[in-house]
Amino acid sequence: MLIVLDAARRLGGDVALACFVCIVLLFLVTPTLIVIPMAFGEADYIEFPPRGFSLEWFDRYLTDPDWIDATLFSLKIAAGAMVGATLIGTAASVALARSRLPGASLLFALTLSPLVLPHIVLAIALYLAFAPLQLVGTTTGFLLAHTMLGVPYVTITVSAALRGFDPMLELAALNCGASRTRAFFDVVLPSIWPGITAGAIFAFLASFDEATVSLFISDVGGKTLTRKFFEDIDFNLTPVIAAVSTIMLAVSVVTMAAAAIVKKRQVPATTEEDITA
Amino acid sequence: MAARMTSTSTAGIYSPATALVLLLPLIALFCGAFLYPVGRLLAMAVFDPDFTVRHLAKAVESPLYVNVFLRTARIAAAVTLAAFALGYPVALLMSRLSGRAALFVTACVLVPLWTSVLVRSYAWIVLLQTNGLVNGLLRWLGLTEGPLKLLYTEATVLVAMTHVLLPYMILPIYGALRAIPADYERAARNLGAGAVTSFITVTLPLSLPGIFAGCLIVFILSLGFYITPALVGGPETLMAATLISQQATELLDWPFASALSLLLLAGTLVVVVVFRRFLSLSKGL
Repeated sequence: MLIVLDAARRLGGDVALACFVCIVLLFLVTPTLIVIPMAFGEADYIEFPPRGFSLEWFDRYLTDPDWIDATLFSLKIAAGAMVGATLIGTAASVALARSRLPGASLLFALTLSPLVLPHIVLAIALYLAFAPLQLVGTTTGFLLAHTMLGVPYVTITVSAALRGFDPMLELAALNCGASRTRAFFDVVLPSIWPGITAGAIFAFLASFDEATVSLFISDVGGKTLTRKFFEDIDFNLTPVIAAVSTIMLAVSVVTMAAAAIVKKRQVPATTEEDITA
Repeated sequence: MAARMTSTSTAGIYSPATALVLLLPLIALFCGAFLYPVGRLLAMAVFDPDFTVRHLAKAVESPLYVNVFLRTARIAAAVTLAAFALGYPVALLMSRLSGRAALFVTACVLVPLWTSVLVRSYAWIVLLQTNGLVNGLLRWLGLTEGPLKLLYTEATVLVAMTHVLLPYMILPIYGALRAIPADYERAARNLGAGAVTSFITVTLPLSLPGIFAGCLIVFILSLGFYITPALVGGPETLMAATLISQQATELLDWPFASALSLLLLAGTLVVVVVFRRFLSLSKGL
């Protein structure tokens, strides 16, 4: 927070504004990070401030097959959905940017619609469609749903990368006798690679953190970490939930850091908004 | 000239057939996992088995359900306003900072955005429960004698939802503010405008597209928000998404849940269409 106040002062700017912003940032960050000290307390219920230091709750998590099964299932689905969404989203973005198809903008809007459609509606719709096909709680069902939910992140970042790519380079390759396939793989793909990687990372995280749809299409046999979390939140008052929260937070931060590193190599035309939308 | 203009564009270099092949997986996935399930759900709301408006009528005629939708709209509007009031200053400062300070503020905004909504809602339970941090703080300050019931109230739902959705407000506004050349405000200042005047006459109007975009996304996400109200809210704060989930999973009234989904979806679409027009208008100015 001090760094912000200091920077604002050096800008000759408003200290009042900087103070207000610091309070808002505390409001943003405190509830996000508060789970960490809770996870290391000794008492077997949540108390603040936590007393003592103990790794018992992490140990509880690691030795509970229910939690571990749910975590592995979540990781498996997130990895699969990431690969599926990246391939499908990249192919579609390239096709939309490189051709003149009627209804292209409508199709693009359709790929983005899972971002604004209420997830509860999607959750119930997917449950009703999956139930008669015995897809509830299955890897196939989850991969279908989570790949669909991940596609928008990939189309946003890859389309932005394609907009920032100088089309003359591709045309030059074609004029030099490269086939369209070769021009794509040798010229276009390396330049839009950061956009693809960023999209893949967001698709992974979107799947790993997704709660509403996962809640409905899980069952006893196949459930995600988020479903297990939601089930336990009401009756499990021990800090195990805080430990799981800390682990989920760590996964998010590590993944985001990876995305930030990738973004540094991103083509300049990609804006903050495109990445985080 | 014409030849040159077409040759600098790559828009048509793939044949429609190639493009269709590349789009096929996307179309198949979205038909199977998006259009078909949602279409089926909406059909369920009005066919039982013949066409009927019975379920829709039940939703719009009973004051109980109308109230839930009104409350949802009210909470969504309040969350949007609160997120705007808190988010705009952050976006403004973020757009002026550089180096490590900018990185710090960006991290403060992005880490919560990409932390599971579940984790952040759980944190609010921890903070606000009877023996939680906030009650402890209030007692320590001597403001309250006994612990207050903070969870399961509308105020809590408001605060927690604002917290969860705030990054969605900050980022589009930040994007709009960053796109304003610094010269504009400097020019206004050189012409004698004070800091406040140049902000109101130059910066604020130019950031309107970002404001509309931020408000639009926060309002839409609030309308259909499920996890946070389900966890920190109670029966008195029942919102549309929680009502739909109750009807489906507890009462197993799928046709009625479908009818409510249809209404929620229609409401969301209306907001998107109305605001979109707004958005393009403000961009045209």
